Amino acid sequence: MPQKPPDGAAPPDDGVLPAAALTELAERPFGVYIHVPYCAARCGYCDFNTYTAADLGGALVSSVGLTTFVDIAGAEIRLARRVLGEVGRPVSTIFLGGGTPTLLSPADLARLPRLIADEFGLAADAEVTTEANPESVDPAQLEQLRAAGYTRISFGMQSDRPHVLAALDCRHTPGRVSEVMRWARKAGFEQVSLDLIYGAPGESDADWLASLRAAVDLGPDHVSAYALTVEDGTKLARRVRRGELLEPDDDLLADRYVLADEVLGAAGLANYEVSNWARDPAARCQHNLGYWRGDNWWGFGPGAHSHVGGVRWWNVRHPAEYAARLGAGRSPAAAREELDPDTRRVERIMLGVRLAEGLAFDELDEPGRAAARDLARSGLVEPGGLESDVVRLTRRGRLLTDTVVRALLAD
Amino acid sequence: MTLASETRTFRVSAAPHLSPGADPAMIRNFCIIAHIDHGKSTLADRMLGVTGVVDARNMRAQYLDRMDIERERGITIKAQNVRLPWRADDDRDYILHLIDTPGHVDFSYEVSRSLAACEGAVLLVDAAQGIEAQTLANLYLAIENDLTIIPVLNKIDLPAAQPEKVGAEIAAIIGCDPDDVLRVSGKTGQGVPELLNEIVRQIPAPVGDPDGPARAMIFDSVYDIYRGVITYVRVMDGTLTTRDRCLMMSTGASHETLEVGVISPDPHPTGSLSVGEVGYVIPGVKDVRQARVGDTITTSRRPATQMLGGYRDPLPMVYSGLYPIDGSEYPALREALDKLQLNDAALTYEPETSAALGFGFRCGFLGLLHLEIVRERLEREFNLTLISTAPNVVYRVVMEDRSELTVTNPSDWPGGKIAEVYEPIVQAMLLLPTDFVGAVMELCQGRRGVLGGMDYLSADRVELKYTLPLGEIIFDFFDSLKSRTRGYASLDYEPAGEQLADLVKVDILLQGEAVDAFSAIVHREKAYAYGVSMTSRLRELIPRQQFEVPIQAAIGSRIIARENIRAIRKDVLAKCYGGDITRKRKLLEKQKEGKKRMKTIGRVEVPQEAFIAALSTDAGKASPTGK
Repeated sequence: MPQKPPDGAAPPDDGVLPAAALTELAERPFGVYIHVPYCAARCGYCDFNTYTAADLGGALVSSVGLTTFVDIAGAEIRLARRVLGEVGRPVSTIFLGGGTPTLLSPADLARLPRLIADEFGLAADAEVTTEANPESVDPAQLEQLRAAGYTRISFGMQSDRPHVLAALDCRHTPGRVSEVMRWARKAGFEQVSLDLIYGAPGESDADWLASLRAAVDLGPDHVSAYALTVEDGTKLARRVRRGELLEPDDDLLADRYVLADEVLGAAGLANYEVSNWARDPAARCQHNLGYWRGDNWWGFGPGAHSHVGGVRWWNVRHPAEYAARLGAGRSPAAAREELDPDTRRVERIMLGVRLAEGLAFDELDEPGRAAARDLARSGLVEPGGLESDVVRLTRRGRLLTDTVVRALLAD
Repeated sequence: MTLASETRTFRVSAAPHLSPGADPAMIRNFCIIAHIDHGKSTLADRMLGVTGVVDARNMRAQYLDRMDIERERGITIKAQNVRLPWRADDDRDYILHLIDTPGHVDFSYEVSRSLAACEGAVLLVDAAQGIEAQTLANLYLAIENDLTIIPVLNKIDLPAAQPEKVGAEIAAIIGCDPDDVLRVSGKTGQGVPELLNEIVRQIPAPVGDPDGPARAMIFDSVYDIYRGVITYVRVMDGTLTTRDRCLMMSTGASHETLEVGVISPDPHPTGSLSVGEVGYVIPGVKDVRQARVGDTITTSRRPATQMLGGYRDPLPMVYSGLYPIDGSEYPALREALDKLQLNDAALTYEPETSAALGFGFRCGFLGLLHLEIVRERLEREFNLTLISTAPNVVYRVVMEDRSELTVTNPSDWPGGKIAEVYEPIVQAMLLLPTDFVGAVMELCQGRRGVLGGMDYLSADRVELKYTLPLGEIIFDFFDSLKSRTRGYASLDYEPAGEQLADLVKVDILLQGEAVDAFSAIVHREKAYAYGVSMTSRLRELIPRQQFEVPIQAAIGSRIIARENIRAIRKDVLAKCYGGDITRKRKLLEKQKEGKKRMKTIGRVEVPQEAFIAALSTDAGKASPTGK
């Protein structure tokens, strides 16, 4: 079972949002996330809300009942339009995540941005990203995606070492990534990102260095590198519990992070968020930045999370229930929370400090500012940033972000 | 309501065994000596039923054990007593007083007073399990008090019962004929009337001076929120009545005698208690320390000159600091201790401050069970959550300048030149199957025990006598004994003075700063083991900090063990779960909540749980085998 969603209040059936939240819509960029909850096979470490054909009892992977996933998501898109009314600005980012979005047919993938654009409008310079499994793309499909308006593609490379890929249950071979990368460039994608995972069982420092070098050599515009975390309910967690695998050690993960920051930095990829590096500011993932900056977005699809003007909500997780709700004309939201001003400030600090652009000193109360100065003395916060009233983490500080956040929020 | 109480009053005055002035020749005072689980309470309940003082409908299991804790643990902490009318097989009506005694070594003084109130004892032994150390200790005490012993096998209805074997064992111990060992089943009631007849036949009637000045011995004293202190007494001489003020001979204080009566099994005021009788006196005092167990009650109108023998002040044997986990509960803890002390003359406490644990109380107890019971009552009856520091015995420290001090707390260990240290020792008696002799001897030697003797009770049961330091058995000795003997060994001990010992204080330092709550006084040979076990344990329990934290164990300024908690390098949740900010924030809130429960020692944040885990009974020991 994937992660249990947080508790929250029951949302209304029609999904209507408080008027106060809607007034904030025009103030900040508006993004769209679409969760495609299907995978050809489940990876051992993954706790995302995703289902294989077997999980769904043999039903067609890209359909629920008689209607396709895109038709159902379309129903939620129309519901979003009813709830939000006039947003006041076009959608600035679309991000297809999963799951494996590229399991959908090219035609379906092409329809999704169009459905969004039809209801909300799409900014001329909009970033439209899809995640892709190197195993599930081909040149023709990439051409079609580019033609359908996708501007950015993010490949789940994870590692360059076969035994590490095997430990992670990834099905692609190392050479596959350079091939799909070439196809993506040929198809006209200007922004290509690679996802890497470090700390998998059996991975050595040398393996990680090799993966980083291989990634850098492919010339990506953007790299995300995540420490492997053992999430409850995954196959990996079961194997760790049985003692078959060792849980990744925090010190080792810290070493790998430092290695990543060194190698990526040397290759001209600058860190702009704890786990993200980009060739230049334009290559930063605008959609993900919206999460950290407290922008508004609507998450479509089973289990997707949304945020509008201080209201957060999340959809029911199972595709069948998601489809049933929308089929009955109801909002698929499972629960929501309306954040009070204090909680919103806590979130701004918690999220903002993760970014290289830093957290405005104004957000902190007096004890928080004192804590920031202390943290600068202990080498977790850049002293230079404080001089220009910004809390910016050092590399050590990035590794201890949670410690920093707790200190900044100390009361 | 009114009608019911009138009916009851009528019934009470009609019952002849409840009228005042019983003929001592028709009284039998007895107690039951038994091990926990050997069925004492069931037999007592059965006696209440057979004599008709409790009818079956009102029968509550184990009528005599009143406190919840007593009921749950199946042990008696406070002595109870009950008057039973019995028409014996000679067709005459007798009054039997059953005095139920506490069943644990911590309360051996109370046991001795209960025995002193009786002329006889029923030695009750489980026919399947045989005699246990506790029973044997109390039996010896009863024999020393010249009590008539009636040996009885219980649970003869059980399939596992071995009445022949156990009967022979008992006969060998008390020197009687195996045929004289009675057989009963408290469960079915079989043999109970016969036992009551034997009590009448064998146990002598009480003898005293009926016309002399009144003297009554207090064998228990309890606090009741409505009536104040209720004392349970045995009248040795004369008569106590509500007309006379009562006088406590140990303090010389006199009090109004509010009520005098007998218990059967509810209190029945009788106005007086005469020689040989057992009952209760309500002396109008608010605190059991004004009417202590062992004291003699006389009257101020015609006071006795000589106290009854055997009185002594209760002396705490074990000390421990009790601290509320939530510092704001400190006043509530004080109030709760004040209330408990009303009912527990042996409990002592005084305020204490710990750098690590905050404000609390240094408490003195009769033993480890007493400590556990007090702690449990504080938590259960007063809703407190407590940490208790490692228990400590009382050391006598002689300095080189020959000055002396008593140390009940490692914090009070002197820093100057120590000439000699004396530690309390006990005479321990262990009963076990012969198969486990080797394992038990090894355990006792590991605890610095000196073997004093070894007796075979039967072909396969042996009694070992050891002199052991009290400090070595208050942590986990009993648990180790049970696990090494698969539960078959039993233990009893009594204080046996003190001995010279090579003891040192081991401090535990976090980043160079001593944590008072973890200091311990241990034998020099065990200091290293204690240091290693405590430092490695704390290394597991204390979360990594932003900086490296050395944990050291030290005797004075000499470091004997060291561990390091490396600085934390990674504390960040890398992923964001597709915009699931809520989950991340809740995780942060949880972390913040956890931080609130941390105590800061120097710059080191130590979670409350680390203190609790490190101070839990099995942690304080110096285990040579490690984890």
